[in-house]
Amino acid sequence: MTARFVRLAEKDRTPVVFSFDGQEMTALQGDTVLTAILTCSDSLRAAEFGPERRAGFCLMGACQDCWIWQQDGPRLQACSTSIRDGMRLLSEPAEGWLA
Amino acid sequence: MTRILIVGAGPAGIRAAETLVEAGLHPIVVDEGVRAGGQIYRRPPNGFLRPPEKLYGSEAGKARSLHATFDRMVAGAQVDYLPETSVFALRDGAAHATGGRIPYDRLILAPGATDRVVPVSGWQRAGVYSLGAAQIALKAQGVVLGRQIVLAGSGPLLTLVAAQLVAAGAGVAAVLDTATLRDQMVGGVRMALARPWVTARGARMRASLGRLYHAGVRLDQIKEDAVHWTAHGKAYATECDAVALGWHLRAETQLADLAGARFAWCPAWAQWLPDTDAMGRAGPGLYLAGDGVRILGADGAEIAGRLAASACLNDLGIATRGKVPLLRRARRLNRFANGIARAFPWPADQLNALPDKAILCRCENVTAGEVRGIAALAETNRVKSVSRIGMGRCQGRFCQLAAAALIARHAGLPPQAAGRLRGQPPVRPLTIESLLDD
Repeated sequence: MTARFVRLAEKDRTPVVFSFDGQEMTALQGDTVLTAILTCSDSLRAAEFGPERRAGFCLMGACQDCWIWQQDGPRLQACSTSIRDGMRLLSEPAEGWLA
Repeated sequence: MTRILIVGAGPAGIRAAETLVEAGLHPIVVDEGVRAGGQIYRRPPNGFLRPPEKLYGSEAGKARSLHATFDRMVAGAQVDYLPETSVFALRDGAAHATGGRIPYDRLILAPGATDRVVPVSGWQRAGVYSLGAAQIALKAQGVVLGRQIVLAGSGPLLTLVAAQLVAAGAGVAAVLDTATLRDQMVGGVRMALARPWVTARGARMRASLGRLYHAGVRLDQIKEDAVHWTAHGKAYATECDAVALGWHLRAETQLADLAGARFAWCPAWAQWLPDTDAMGRAGPGLYLAGDGVRILGADGAEIAGRLAASACLNDLGIATRGKVPLLRRARRLNRFANGIARAFPWPADQLNALPDKAILCRCENVTAGEVRGIAALAETNRVKSVSRIGMGRCQGRFCQLAAAALIARHAGLPPQAAGRLRGQPPVRPLTIESLLDD
């Protein structure tokens, strides 16, 4: 899957390893979850009411487009949450959790 | 001691807190950000190395001063600072926030603004963002939204973000401005009369974009790999893998609504704004400041924050000084803002040309045609009940102005006749966890 975002600056930060839909990915310390995913992948989730994918919109916590899921349950707002080592992120709810 | 709650730690909230602290009070400051500063002076996370000059350009001194002022108050325990906290409801003298209930005696709201976005056919695609998003990505994360980005819309932020991205080495494919050069001349004269230096700086920045910049554009469609647009009767397509859209700002007004503020239609900004006196008083014990009430930008927000806090102090019987020059400065910034609004108007023609099958509400995928079909209801809240417009994730933040404009036009009414969506708690989605703590 191609990365959507391109890193232009601040590239010398400590790497952070996380997984998205079971795939291991590497981000940098200080990335938001949204930056972490979209510098490795092209979207965050499927749209609920249309055929297209979604990849955030406002990046300032207003549009709520970037809420995604985690393997152990609670959702998070990707643009306003920092990436942490070992996070297991999902583009859809884990089995047994409601959408 | 009187409990004063400030919501928002951008330029308005920080200066309001400073004014209260100087008078010996100890306000509570709630902010959604990880670090105080707001959006335009947003600070990258710890560990990022670019200096403020690189992040904020000519405004670096202002950013440094704001950040230092706030950090000093926090270090000196002069404010109760609650970062990464959202207020989602106001009721019975308390703010309901993620993390718990915060009782207050007086409330200063400084929630800021988001981009004012006008739907374009295809804007629901992944890779379409707001202009603010493009700026935040660069400033706070050091990333650009794609390899080739089209920036489109109108207003000072369009030129600013474009110049910042070009300077940072991003691939900018085109800068498409829906404002005509004629409108920009008329508005530009008013801008220059109010703030000649700032206007000249903007003009220089615009000139630096050279042939990337196009005026008088109508955006027709955003496709997977290109933006289709028309200018001077000729059709163009610009290849890109990212788009950022924005037409000035839209005030965040949900909390002011819940707090009981009255609203008035503002023709210059084509949106409903809370009604206040010149100091920012909006009701008993309620004060509003910053872009969430008057769209004057960061300089105006600093002034408004000081004024709102002064009003609060005066109402508590505490005298303050320096209001007269602040009010004079605010009037000048207001003249400048009116010039901006005239130079870069709401793109009514483009919105009216939005095809019926285009998505108007990108959260619930409600089309322009669905809304036009029930425009006879003539009022946004009724149209919301029937169409679900404004019921999705963003609660209408990004579609309601366009929806109201379409409804009014189709019902043959002036734009303000369609009304505004009522604010409803919770004003943002919440995890169950945050409600259990409440």
